[in-house]
Amino acid sequence: MAYKNVLKYSDVTPRADYLNRRQLMGGAAGLAAGMALGPALGASKYSTDLKPNPLEDIASYNNFYEFGSAKGDPANNAHMLTIDPWSVEIDGMVDRPGSYGLEDILTKVTQEERIYRFRCVETWSMVVPWVGFELNQLLDLAGVQGAAKYVAFQTLYRPEEMPGQRSVSLEWPYREGLRLDEAMHPLTIMATGIYDEPMPKQNGAPLRLVVPWKYGYKSIKSIVRVTLTDKEPQTTWNMLQPNEYGFYSNVNPEVSHPRWSQAYEKPIGGGLFAKRQETLMFNGYADEVASLYDGMDLVVNH
Amino acid sequence: MGVVDRINAASRRVPVWTVYLLGALWPAWLLYLAATGSMGVEPVKALEHELGRLALQALIAGLLVTPVRTITGLNLMRFRRAIGVLTFYFVSTHLLVWLILDVQILSEIWKDILKRPYITVGMAAFVLLLPLAMTSNNWSVRKLGPKWRKLHRLVYPAALLGGAHFVMVGKTWEFDALVYLSLILALLGWRVVQAYKPGKSRRRVTKDASRVAS
Ligand code: HEM
Repeated sequence: MAYKNVLKYSDVTPRADYLNRRQLMGGAAGLAAGMALGPALGASKYSTDLKPNPLEDIASYNNFYEFGSAKGDPANNAHMLTIDPWSVEIDGMVDRPGSYGLEDILTKVTQEERIYRFRCVETWSMVVPWVGFELNQLLDLAGVQGAAKYVAFQTLYRPEEMPGQRSVSLEWPYREGLRLDEAMHPLTIMATGIYDEPMPKQNGAPLRLVVPWKYGYKSIKSIVRVTLTDKEPQTTWNMLQPNEYGFYSNVNPEVSHPRWSQAYEKPIGGGLFAKRQETLMFNGYADEVASLYDGMDLVVNH
Repeated sequence: MGVVDRINAASRRVPVWTVYLLGALWPAWLLYLAATGSMGVEPVKALEHELGRLALQALIAGLLVTPVRTITGLNLMRFRRAIGVLTFYFVSTHLLVWLILDVQILSEIWKDILKRPYITVGMAAFVLLLPLAMTSNNWSVRKLGPKWRKLHRLVYPAALLGGAHFVMVGKTWEFDALVYLSLILALLGWRVVQAYKPGKSRRRVTKDASRVAS
């Protein structure tokens, strides 16, 4: 399967530097088999107790329009993507702009497992055991300047390897954005793996955003550019249909989307007779993030 | 004997009930695939999509019978009622999957029908097909006489709405959906052209159009 063949950090990163990761991802490194997550670090206080979906669910049912619009297209096509080497351009209102190599970044951040609920705007949901680091660590590497208010992200644009980009379905490259306080929040991570596997390509290898209280399209994949700015950045789905996809896109059972009532969701993996369940405000993360939006009208700012 | 004649002769030996049987079993087969994990980790949506496409394919097949006969001489008129009835059956299974397995909750079903344009349009297509399905029997044909042909022209707007529904389902412009809609537009366009062809008597025109609709 495609995700077995992706870049192994053990291949490119000095051993001491990926130790942290190796402790987490014992199997992936092909070393230290059987080394468990728990004893090394303990479960993150941000992880949910829910049982994660199997990797098969997570890596076979994807929205990643760069590889096609059907749910199976990314798993079928993402093998074409080359992710080694990979670097991220960090620019805009930062003290140390430049191109940051991924291997290099990973030596300077602390990775851990985060088991998060994941909610798509199409009303399906999963529980995903991500491995990654808090975005605030990456932003600190670059040094965010005082005037910055937003973070803009871009996905790789490489139509030779991403067949979906040869169609005009969306305006490429894919763009997303967060307010700076959302970006700095400890729940917001840059993920590099799932379970003990490096990030499957169809899930946004080698580096993707995960913002668990927002609809899935905010969690932009295969990131090559991060820009600090003082203006609300353009976001791809919003550019296509502003009334359907707002900048904030917080999971909210009370704000009905023109295409889908958001009152209920369907957990993936329950088969033909899976029951719908009620959607949780901020996807269950209200205690952590509701205060970010104090005084805001969440219908207007949907 | 030409190829077309040979196919026509061969098709006369195919009993119509085999078309009904095959059509009746097809959704059951899809349900089996969905239930046994062959349709991926979200079998409900997959089934809904397969049945939706099947319905639209059957609808298009029904609309193809007349132009194919006119243009090539290939005559599949014997099977057209079966194709029509099966179309309705496929749409119904598509609707049932949506109601029972997908949305599940009664209040949400109503809201969706009223508030989601792509559902409203799909539902309108279903409603238009209802009277056609109910009158697809010899008794109704006899009883309604010429009105039956008129009634069955409802298949044109139904096809248009079905095709539009598929296009609207997509969050972006979907190539497949546009192909289906184009086919439907071409098949309806062909009928418009036929109806206004010079040299055809008015009577012949109505007869043609109604045969198409039946
Ligand atoms: C003539 C009638 C209809 C036809 C021909 C039709 C056809 C289709 C087709 C071709 C698709 C897309 C399949 C795909 O993406 O592969 C679809 C999707 C769908 N249809 Fe229909 N449909 C009809 C009526 C209805 C009705 C009555 C409803 C419900 C009230 C409905 C609900 C849906 C839903 C929910 C989807 C999937 C949307 C999603 O992916 O979220 N359809 N239909």
